[in-house]
Amino acid sequence: MYKSLADAIRDAEARGVPLSTVALDAEAKDQGRPVQEIRDALRRALVVMRGAVERGMVGDLMSSSGLVGGDAAKLRTGPDGPLAGTPFRDILARALAVQEVNAAMGVIVAAPTAGGAGVLPAVLTGLAAARGIDDERVIDALATAGLIGAVVAERASLSGAEGGCQAETGAAAGMAAGAAVEMLGGSPRQAGHATALAQQGTLGLVCDPLGGLVELPCVFRNATGAAIAMAAIEMAMAGIEFAIPADEVIDTMGEIGAEMDVRYRETAGGGLAATPTGRRLARERLYELKRSGG
Amino acid sequence: MVSLLDIIGPVMVGPSSSHTAGACRLGLLARCLVGGTPERATIELHGSFARTGEGHGTDKAIAGGLMGFRPDDERLRTALDIIEREGLRYTFEKTTLSNDAHPNSVRITLERGDRRSQMVGASLGAGRVMVTEIDGYPVEVSGNLHTIVLVAEDVKGSIARIAGILAEADLNIATLKLTRKERGGDAFMVIEIDNTPPEEVRDTIRALSWVRWAFRLDKVSA
Repeated sequence: MYKSLADAIRDAEARGVPLSTVALDAEAKDQGRPVQEIRDALRRALVVMRGAVERGMVGDLMSSSGLVGGDAAKLRTGPDGPLAGTPFRDILARALAVQEVNAAMGVIVAAPTAGGAGVLPAVLTGLAAARGIDDERVIDALATAGLIGAVVAERASLSGAEGGCQAETGAAAGMAAGAAVEMLGGSPRQAGHATALAQQGTLGLVCDPLGGLVELPCVFRNATGAAIAMAAIEMAMAGIEFAIPADEVIDTMGEIGAEMDVRYRETAGGGLAATPTGRRLARERLYELKRSGG
Repeated sequence: MVSLLDIIGPVMVGPSSSHTAGACRLGLLARCLVGGTPERATIELHGSFARTGEGHGTDKAIAGGLMGFRPDDERLRTALDIIEREGLRYTFEKTTLSNDAHPNSVRITLERGDRRSQMVGASLGAGRVMVTEIDGYPVEVSGNLHTIVLVAEDVKGSIARIAGILAEADLNIATLKLTRKERGGDAFMVIEIDNTPPEEVRDTIRALSWVRWAFRLDKVSA
């Protein structure tokens, strides 16, 4: 697989194909599997993603600790805000839905991780629904998202314990932004700018879950991650270019992650987890978890 | 090498790809060392695994993996109840393996019948894992392919002999890594194979007079 988004963009431009084509070809060569088989696996992933969106939208799920659940449904049926009736609001709801399913130990697709699993399905399935985009193009977009995630894995990290939330929902936002730009008809170069624009907006983001549980703020951070991806998509599709190439933004994310204090890397030692309320809630909920044997 | 399908995947039971799916895969790899579900296991959690494992279901996921459940198996949710019901004795401890160990590391000591083994592994993020030590020997096993690991005396022609056994079993070697602690000391081989090696291949290798031990580890990635 590519270790540089610039290389992938160059190859795609030279061949006059989208990023998904060079990504699928590289994967087929690496794994010795036909492209069709890889697309079939992505198709199954899309089915699970849609299942998680639907399951979470019902609004009856609670996380094992009881800290999160039911908020996706509020965006679906609750009072209007400024985004009422737009795909944007629906995408926020989808991101919460998937992450609420995840927190309840339901089945999701880790893309790139479970903690950041809401962003990509929310943006891709939400935009596909709004624009009537067929599944084949969504599957291609998933391949592009995989390419971007693979580059992040090579150059930086996809683990909150290593690089903070910038490596999870941040990476997810970069993947979703680049993938969605391709799905909406943007060029490989625009997809690269979208990835850079999304990830610059999440640099430095810490991983600070209450009690170390992938619940709070994770569920909401997937919605805000999707929002950042949407901002990046809108800018890139308008022809806005980000001066620092995506590869270098990703490298920066890795460097910041490496220097991030351990308190901000999924240990519940800092950030929101260490606030008076965060500590109190975690103490109460973990006590409840132990008592119930869950 | 990172696979696109590792990034868009795995399909898994939440909530954490490193602390739940990766932990499950480490359990799946560990059970291979004793050839099935261990009756006893001591699971020592290090770093973030120790600090936040409980809330992420890391204990359930490792226990489930040891019993052969895969990361998308909804039984992971109730794995601790299942081990109790099955009469398996798994104990969890918090430890510090070393200062430079990966933050999501675990040491698993297992027993099944008269087989006993120990493994150290880490969950690298996005569900990817790495076994870093087996019975005190440093290794690198990712579980991305079927793997045979063995320790042999440093004798001439050992690689040719092993390669021959694999070829006879119609197995194609994807990667082969040979290391040794010192000249004439034990040689350590990690062989990744494209297709599933039958247990008899391990037995044939193990029966060689100069092979000290050999293990077969399953492919655990999606």
